[in-house]
Amino acid sequence: MNQQGRPTRPTGGNAISTQNGLGIAEPLIFEQGQEKRCGVDLPPIPKFRERLGGLRREGTIGLPGLSEPQVVRHYTRLSQMNFSIDGNFYPLGSCTMKHNPRLNEKLARLPGLADLHPLQPVSTVQGALELIDLLAHWLKTLTGMPAVAMPQAAGAHGEFCGMAAIKAALAARGETRTRVLAPESAHGTNPATAAALGFVVETIPANAEGRVDLDVFKAKLGPDVAAIMLTNPNTCGLFERDMIEIAEAVHAAGAYFYCDGANFNAIVGRIRPADLGVDAMHINLHKTFSTPHGGGGPGAGPVVLSEELARFAPLPYVVRDDKGFRLVEHAKDAKESIGRLKGFHGQMGMFVRALAYMLSHGADGLWQVSGDAVLNANYILASLKDVMTASYAGPCMHEALFDDRFLKDTGVTTLDFAKALLDEGFHPMTMYFPLVVHGAMLIEPTETESRETLDGFIAVMRSLAEQAQSGNVELFHEAPRQTPLRRLDETLAARRPVLKWTKGQPK
Amino acid sequence: MRYLPLTDADRRLMLERIGVNSVDDLFVDVPASARLPGPLPTLPKHLAEFEVERIIGGLAAKNLSAGACPSFLGAGAYRHHVPASVDQLLLRGEFLTSYTPYQPEVSQGTLQSLFEFQTQVALLTGMEVANASMYDGATACAEAVMMANRITRRGWALVSGGLHPHYREVIQTMADSTGFAVQALPPTISPVEEIAENIDQETACVVVQNPDFFGRLHDFTALAEICQSNGALLVVVVTEVVSLGLVKPPGAMGADIVVAEGQGIGNALGFGGPHVGLFACKEKYVRQMPGRLCGQTVDADGRRGYVLTLSTREQHIRREKATSNICTNSGLCALAFTIHLSLLGEEGLTRLAELNHAMASTFADRIAQVPGCRVLNESFFNEFTVELPISAAALVDKMAKVPILAGVPVSRLYPDNPELENLLLVAVTELNQIQEMEKFVQLLKVWL
Repeated sequence: MNQQGRPTRPTGGNAISTQNGLGIAEPLIFEQGQEKRCGVDLPPIPKFRERLGGLRREGTIGLPGLSEPQVVRHYTRLSQMNFSIDGNFYPLGSCTMKHNPRLNEKLARLPGLADLHPLQPVSTVQGALELIDLLAHWLKTLTGMPAVAMPQAAGAHGEFCGMAAIKAALAARGETRTRVLAPESAHGTNPATAAALGFVVETIPANAEGRVDLDVFKAKLGPDVAAIMLTNPNTCGLFERDMIEIAEAVHAAGAYFYCDGANFNAIVGRIRPADLGVDAMHINLHKTFSTPHGGGGPGAGPVVLSEELARFAPLPYVVRDDKGFRLVEHAKDAKESIGRLKGFHGQMGMFVRALAYMLSHGADGLWQVSGDAVLNANYILASLKDVMTASYAGPCMHEALFDDRFLKDTGVTTLDFAKALLDEGFHPMTMYFPLVVHGAMLIEPTETESRETLDGFIAVMRSLAEQAQSGNVELFHEAPRQTPLRRLDETLAARRPVLKWTKGQPK
Repeated sequence: MRYLPLTDADRRLMLERIGVNSVDDLFVDVPASARLPGPLPTLPKHLAEFEVERIIGGLAAKNLSAGACPSFLGAGAYRHHVPASVDQLLLRGEFLTSYTPYQPEVSQGTLQSLFEFQTQVALLTGMEVANASMYDGATACAEAVMMANRITRRGWALVSGGLHPHYREVIQTMADSTGFAVQALPPTISPVEEIAENIDQETACVVVQNPDFFGRLHDFTALAEICQSNGALLVVVVTEVVSLGLVKPPGAMGADIVVAEGQGIGNALGFGGPHVGLFACKEKYVRQMPGRLCGQTVDADGRRGYVLTLSTREQHIRREKATSNICTNSGLCALAFTIHLSLLGEEGLTRLAELNHAMASTFADRIAQVPGCRVLNESFFNEFTVELPISAAALVDKMAKVPILAGVPVSRLYPDNPELENLLLVAVTELNQIQEMEKFVQLLKVWL
């Protein structure tokens, strides 16, 4: 724990170099180049007949020229300005920042998987198709669902796939249903997806226990409801106790149950969504199965589907017959499919990593994954609830939700509290989400953190809470001070957007 | 289990503080009927690293990797060399294991590289602004059409027959699911496509590709003017991003929105994913753009820094009113693109593009000399269409046994167009060698 009254770091770095030890100020790549410098060597260009149809680019592109050592140093320096799971405890709620095994990276780079063209003859990619089929088998077994659509590139893309399948199923029944119900704690992607598909989104309020208000929900059900989109465990980190009853009510009303599987990591290997009455659910491979987040993707969002919805699955998909594996790629061979959702066959690189993760853990390891994730979150909840305000009584699932009641009248906000954590070397929890509590702080430790790390974090959180309550507002308002940059002016960025570098622009 | 640090002693101590007897007690909110009694018996138990390597290595060994033989495959995914330093930098945990940069003070590395990415994409496409990436070229293309619908408040898109069929199909899926109309012109090998005559006052956008699916290059300047006079937007698609090192960029032709598949720079073929979608447009449309945007600002001490900005377009703020539901995109693939393009620079990219074109031109000349083979393109960058006297798929299967990955038969993507059955798409990159071309041509002469 840092003490109050520490000196503010010098701004702008050292007077001579503008650098400051590891606190690096790194110019843009565009500010470092020189004409005729290049980081790639290429063989001589043979004599040839130009066939560009008179469309040769005129003038220069404007790219800077750098040698390999310069580029390597530039991006190494940039990397050093990032917090990461490798370097820091990163309890970002709802994001599942668990360890990313390097074995998975190694295997994804095997030439027999990474160096495959998606349109090679299928006879030359039997291993790749088998891998997709094997991953699909694991996903179906873990969820208890009969089918899975693999191509989607991320969770939101999976949501679109699942909801489009539901829309298609309704159309096949000759029905047009217009409303989709989603709890107010839902991820923003849920209403955005439903709206994109032309549905009117209606919000279900949370009850005092942070769960779907069953009475309000049942009252909203009707013959015009297409589906409910429900995250379970929900974004308050709680299991929807009434899930089976909700599913039964949804089905009785002729609607479908879409489960946002973003939090599948809390239950993987212990609870199968099929046993809860789910019709469709996406799985974020980059969360539950730890294909890395990579600073914002790439992800992968396979969707498990019920028997009824499976025939609407997108193209392409892998099938096996007596000649081996093949791809169904065309609408003529899958007349009810919703169609193609992306180029080629799916996020193969993520499939390899996810399968390596599953094989490494096995059924026993996955049982332990969800158990330890939930245990770690409850440990944090139990260790902080006397100094912070827990929004709901435990037990929680994989994440613990606090609100800002404990900061009332201190002059410290959730944002300030998060920024103070940066100075302590911890990535903050998720702030101001979910929207159902005021000044939300959502802490997701994941199963890959040791008790010692959690204890260190808990000690800092307790101390910060005490500092806030004892009136040491300065510590929070000045934070962060130990980061490469201090608080950034987001209003300025939005009011006068500068979205690219231009020549002559002030540094 | 090597990834899980808690010991039984830890668990006992932690459960005691929580005040329950077992981990199972923490799952009390789950209906008993849905709680499994123990690990699923139908799945195997955990494995050592080397055991996992054995299984996945075994699957990899069943494939013919494109690098293990001559490969002339393109059609939207291109095998270019990726410098070793790109991958080494990507593997830095600070990039690999960080989240979307929502805490800018500790994410300047990711943010600054995204700002550089956006600048590079804008420069390459000749557009004013670019976003921080999309899933891939095809999804970026569909998002461009939906963006055009929002801007023009119209509801139908005119799609060129030269657009990659996967892109066309993704647009069609989005149209069917979200409710707009598409008119897709038939794929044609005739050099002139009468796009302009199909535009009317209700057209939201016209989607064209350069080089097109058959490899041909087009100047869309006149088309851009016709679009403008009809109040429609011109969306230009580029599936081979390296071409922009040599070919006049869509921005210089008057495009309103440019989308591209960025895989060709920095990213492996990867059996089709993950790839990275590039998305650029005129500045006046920026608030209708999908996806994340990184912008420049200053910190509390007045130092330059970067943040995610204009997020009132996005789902996490706007929910059902968002411009798109996209959240996670292709961050790390965008970083690979940025690092590789930084290594190339102006000179490297220009030379790389020139080399690709030179090699393709050389190969086209040789194939044209084979009796019965006709190169249909008058113009191309590094990919062209060959008309064979036999079914292209049959030739490809025969060549695969050599093994040579001879190209993409057009029928793989257009199975219902018998007039395209004998067409083979052949792509050439810097990784192809003259000897490979000679071998290919020799076999053609023997077999045809």
